[in-house]
Amino acid sequence: MLVGYFTERPYQDPKSGLFGATGKDIQDLSLSNIDYDAMLGADLYNRYLDEKVYCEEMGFDAIMFNEHHSTPFCMGGVMNVEAAIVAKTTSKVKIVLNGNILPIWDDPLWLAETLATIDMISRGRLVTGWVRGTGRESVSHNSQPPFNWERFQEAHDLVVAAWTRPGPFRWEGEHYDYRYVNPWMRPYQQDPHPMMMIPGVVSRNTVAWAARHKYPYVMLSTRIEPTKLSFDYYREVAREEGYEAGPEHIGYLWKVHVDETEELAYETGRKFLQGPGNIFLEGSRGVASPVLQNLPGLTDRNNLLPTGQVGFVAASRGRSTSDADYSKPRAAATRAKAVKGAPKAKAPVAKAPAQPPAAAMAASYDEQLANYTIITGTPKTVLPKIRHVLETLRPGSVFFWDGDGAMTHDDTMRSLRLFGSDVLPAVKEMGDELGLISPFDRNPMHAPPIKGGRRAKAPAKKAAAKR
Amino acid sequence: MLVGYFTERPYQDPESGFFGATGRSIQDLTLSNADYDSKLGADLYNRYLDEKVYCEEVGFDAIMFNEHHSTPFCMGGVMNVEAAIVAKTTSKVKIVLNGNILPIWDDPLWLAETLATIDMISRGRLVTGWVRGGGRESVAHNAQPPFNWERFQEAHDLVVAAWTRPGPFRWEGEHYDYRYVNPWMRPYQQDPYPLMMVPGIISRNTVAWAARHKYPYVMLSTRLEPTKASFDYYREVAREEGYEAGPEHIGYLWKVHVDETEELAYETGRKFLEGPGNIFLEGSRGVVSPVLQNLPGLTDRNNLLPTGQLGFLASSRGLDQEAAAKSSRARAAQTRAKAVRGAPKATAAPAAPAGPRAGIQAATAASYDEQLANYTITTGTPKTVLPKIRHVLETLRPGSVFFWDGDGAMTHDDTMRSLRLFGSEVLPAVKEMADELGLVGPFERNPMTAPSIAPTKRAAKAPARAKRAPAKR
Amino acid sequence: MTTHTAPKAHTVELAGGEIHILEAGSGPPLLVLHHSTGALGWRPLHEKLAETNRVILPDMPGYSRSTLPEWARDPRDLAILMLQLLRKQGLRDVTLVGLGFGGFVAAEMATMNSDLIGRLVLVGAPGIKPPEGEILDQMLIDHGDYMRMGFRDEKTFQKFFPDLENSDVRSLWEFNRVMTARVCWKPYMFNRRLPPLLPGVEIPTLLVWGEKDRVVPMSIGREYARLLPNAKIEIVKSAGHLVDYEEPEKLARLIQSHAR
Repeated sequence: MLVGYFTERPYQDPKSGLFGATGKDIQDLSLSNIDYDAMLGADLYNRYLDEKVYCEEMGFDAIMFNEHHSTPFCMGGVMNVEAAIVAKTTSKVKIVLNGNILPIWDDPLWLAETLATIDMISRGRLVTGWVRGTGRESVSHNSQPPFNWERFQEAHDLVVAAWTRPGPFRWEGEHYDYRYVNPWMRPYQQDPHPMMMIPGVVSRNTVAWAARHKYPYVMLSTRIEPTKLSFDYYREVAREEGYEAGPEHIGYLWKVHVDETEELAYETGRKFLQGPGNIFLEGSRGVASPVLQNLPGLTDRNNLLPTGQVGFVAASRGRSTSDADYSKPRAAATRAKAVKGAPKAKAPVAKAPAQPPAAAMAASYDEQLANYTIITGTPKTVLPKIRHVLETLRPGSVFFWDGDGAMTHDDTMRSLRLFGSDVLPAVKEMGDELGLISPFDRNPMHAPPIKGGRRAKAPAKKAAAKR
Repeated sequence: MLVGYFTERPYQDPESGFFGATGRSIQDLTLSNADYDSKLGADLYNRYLDEKVYCEEVGFDAIMFNEHHSTPFCMGGVMNVEAAIVAKTTSKVKIVLNGNILPIWDDPLWLAETLATIDMISRGRLVTGWVRGGGRESVAHNAQPPFNWERFQEAHDLVVAAWTRPGPFRWEGEHYDYRYVNPWMRPYQQDPYPLMMVPGIISRNTVAWAARHKYPYVMLSTRLEPTKASFDYYREVAREEGYEAGPEHIGYLWKVHVDETEELAYETGRKFLEGPGNIFLEGSRGVVSPVLQNLPGLTDRNNLLPTGQLGFLASSRGLDQEAAAKSSRARAAQTRAKAVRGAPKATAAPAAPAGPRAGIQAATAASYDEQLANYTITTGTPKTVLPKIRHVLETLRPGSVFFWDGDGAMTHDDTMRSLRLFGSEVLPAVKEMADELGLVGPFERNPMTAPSIAPTKRAAKAPARAKRAPAKR
Repeated sequence: MTTHTAPKAHTVELAGGEIHILEAGSGPPLLVLHHSTGALGWRPLHEKLAETNRVILPDMPGYSRSTLPEWARDPRDLAILMLQLLRKQGLRDVTLVGLGFGGFVAAEMATMNSDLIGRLVLVGAPGIKPPEGEILDQMLIDHGDYMRMGFRDEKTFQKFFPDLENSDVRSLWEFNRVMTARVCWKPYMFNRRLPPLLPGVEIPTLLVWGEKDRVVPMSIGREYARLLPNAKIEIVKSAGHLVDYEEPEKLARLIQSHAR
């Protein structure tokens, strides 16, 4: 099993009200970077980078980065800068990028060049994932939403070609044109190219695409049951493709905080939902902009995964733009949810930003503890819960999401230390016992063919890919 | 004075013949990256990055990176990756990027985001220069050459705006469109933004542009006399702009290798011209591709058809071969004088080394000694290089100097020997010289806040000073 | 070939610039759009065509003597300007002949206004991404070599350009390809938005390809033939890409049998 660490690197600034319980709204499109304090930014970047080195010391197999634009909940605006640094400041961990936002690149050859360089400097430790990005990313780099999915696929194909086809060659796709692809660099990993992982939350398209490419698919902090269904869908597509997906093909990321006492763990874990946390996640204080979530043509609405049915996701994905009252996004989101009839309205009830959301948040926090999307405790108490997740989902890669929201450096370091001393060794034993083979133990791209795959229906498959 | 170190990070691969005296041509457009060995690449990147850390230890003030694409003479295909790393692995040196190739970016907001992040991580040590790139770069990222200079200027303006104007704002320029510029990051340096340096070889446009922005201009390994003339031109534009350019506004990069003995220095210095050295530089083994040097519209040219062709077209019989031949004979001498076939004006590069590779050894040898004589290469022991460095400093009076070393066929050991001697015996003496000569560096006196002087006569010609004027050639 | 018409030169004001035109002959109007290298004056093809038609040979905007429209970014912009030229000159029912790149522009014109164009002739025209092969990229080779590849063989090339190295022709090409780089850098010599419009073009169209075309693959000719409802294709056996240089009389006859 591959065990990794993840944080979104929140921009924690008590002064500007973007951190803690100041109540400042961090809805997209409502912020100005004039509030950004670069001295604080310097401290935070260096803190998060130093924590990554400590992760390696503590025995994590991997460190994961992500990227978002124009938002305080994730400082990885150019994740590849961080990836470059840890390529040199660490020596063993896999550097998992989940992921570069392919469609917003007008010139994805930069990604092929950048990532090949990083893979070399790290001596083959790069795991390069791809995402489609959200409305926020499309707007920040002004990339046309209706072509998002097409550009995702073509940019991926171009990067792979730049890595594997001897140059020079010409590339004349639907969205990208090159007259001379021949970068003077190649990735260190050449079997056939750096490992890829595809993270996702709701898109069926992406799951199917990942399964067709035999790329491991990582579900991001989604609830256990719909996550299981999504993995089932991956396996189904895999069988159509003529191979059996194993644990090496699936990964799961969720929030785990370990601490010295049960009380400290509980109180510190609550900070996941404080500060500038990811607005897409249950219980976050942030507010997704329905405008950005509803850019024309960005998502294929008929193709959501079971996880997409969970109320909060539907709400944060902005099904509410038919409601003109953007100034009350939460109310709108709530109404939208009602309209859509989202199953299991257990999702956090939207809380009005004006009043301290303590009660709502507490409920949500406890609920998430109950449903395993957040786990807190001492090493002794978190292990059985982690085991439950492993047994239920059977992922070959897991990523513990910690040190986020309002958690301080000290909070993070306490947890990392305990992970190292008491949690990771036990988790790896569980992984072995449960046969949860990692993508580095068994190359997912070399999965052997099985009989009876519905591969014969090749044209139908192709059509599906074109969606 | 700011004293820095530079190498192009050559891809030194004896196996594939890109290194040493195997005689393999490294002309652009003739190579395939199928020959690229990424295990070797890993070793070389890590070697060059480790050497940068050693530069800081021995006392350099700055380390300089550059970027080229699809070529073995410079491994900095994505220089910002290296810049990011040294931002974390060093703690004092300035990180000088000379520079990011603005026009080949279709979405220069990435540069604003990337460089702001690096500036923060380094805690304000980034010096971010800009270049226009050669034909190689335009082709590698398929950027339209005719818009190179316009895109250079607009991309720069966009990056500066993203760093200094509070977001969100809209940007609707000639070449770039954004509906929402509001990156959640700002550079660490905010007075007014990270220091910029603009490197160049001979483009007057670029010199004038740098002078108008009060950005230090760094001449790259050019001969002393034309370098001096270019600096004079910078000062002239500065006076038109209403300020006096000082040493903080100019920089110079040249090849200096220090070694333990005079003989070792001489023999090791010769390696500058061996291996995959920069093909634009005197004595290099590489060959410039005339096609890439002559991309349509990459260099400035008249928008008017040259008069010779007008006469040709006026002949109503079109292909009048006799007339064409007659007029062509008249121009033949001039055409032949041009090393690059058919180049309208060889403005992008200094005279290219003559094409045929026969007799390269002799040519290289002559060129090496000649370059030693004209100071574009300096080699010796600390004792013997110092007077030569002093000569350069006195002649050019730069506030920033960059010693270019560890290039071509030089090994890690060659590089480390030189760096060690730089640290123990050369740098302290050079800094003393600079103090004595009053060579103020851009970090001692901010070039962007140079005080106003009474403008010269030509400054009255206000329209000529319009920022965009040179773009509209 | 012993006698020839002397073309009249004149200029037309268009979109704030000047278009230079050579013109001769009488009869139904026939507009010839030149290669991306530009027109080399009045040549045997034009002369032959002028025996039956009023032949109009403009320098397209940005080429040779015509003003460069700074704003133009796409061959489609040139097509719009050329349609404006037709309208301004009061030309209707025109036989539109496009040579090479000029054929790309002509095809774009045909999709926009079929009323002004009576007949269409595309000679070795790019404009469509080739189903097979690649369009030779003039930006990545010496421009003399680019021209050389336009001929069926070296001997024919030498016949036309014996001293290219020192020729003014070469400087003219160098000058003209700046405009090509401004409007046609990428995608190179095709427009993804052209093929879907071609089935709606009912103009009778003649496609002419040199059998030995090494610049624009014949697969593009077949694609035009497939997409245009009223098109036929003629292969000129003895020619390369530059049919108008190598076989002007054959080409003229083909055009004349198709033209108004």
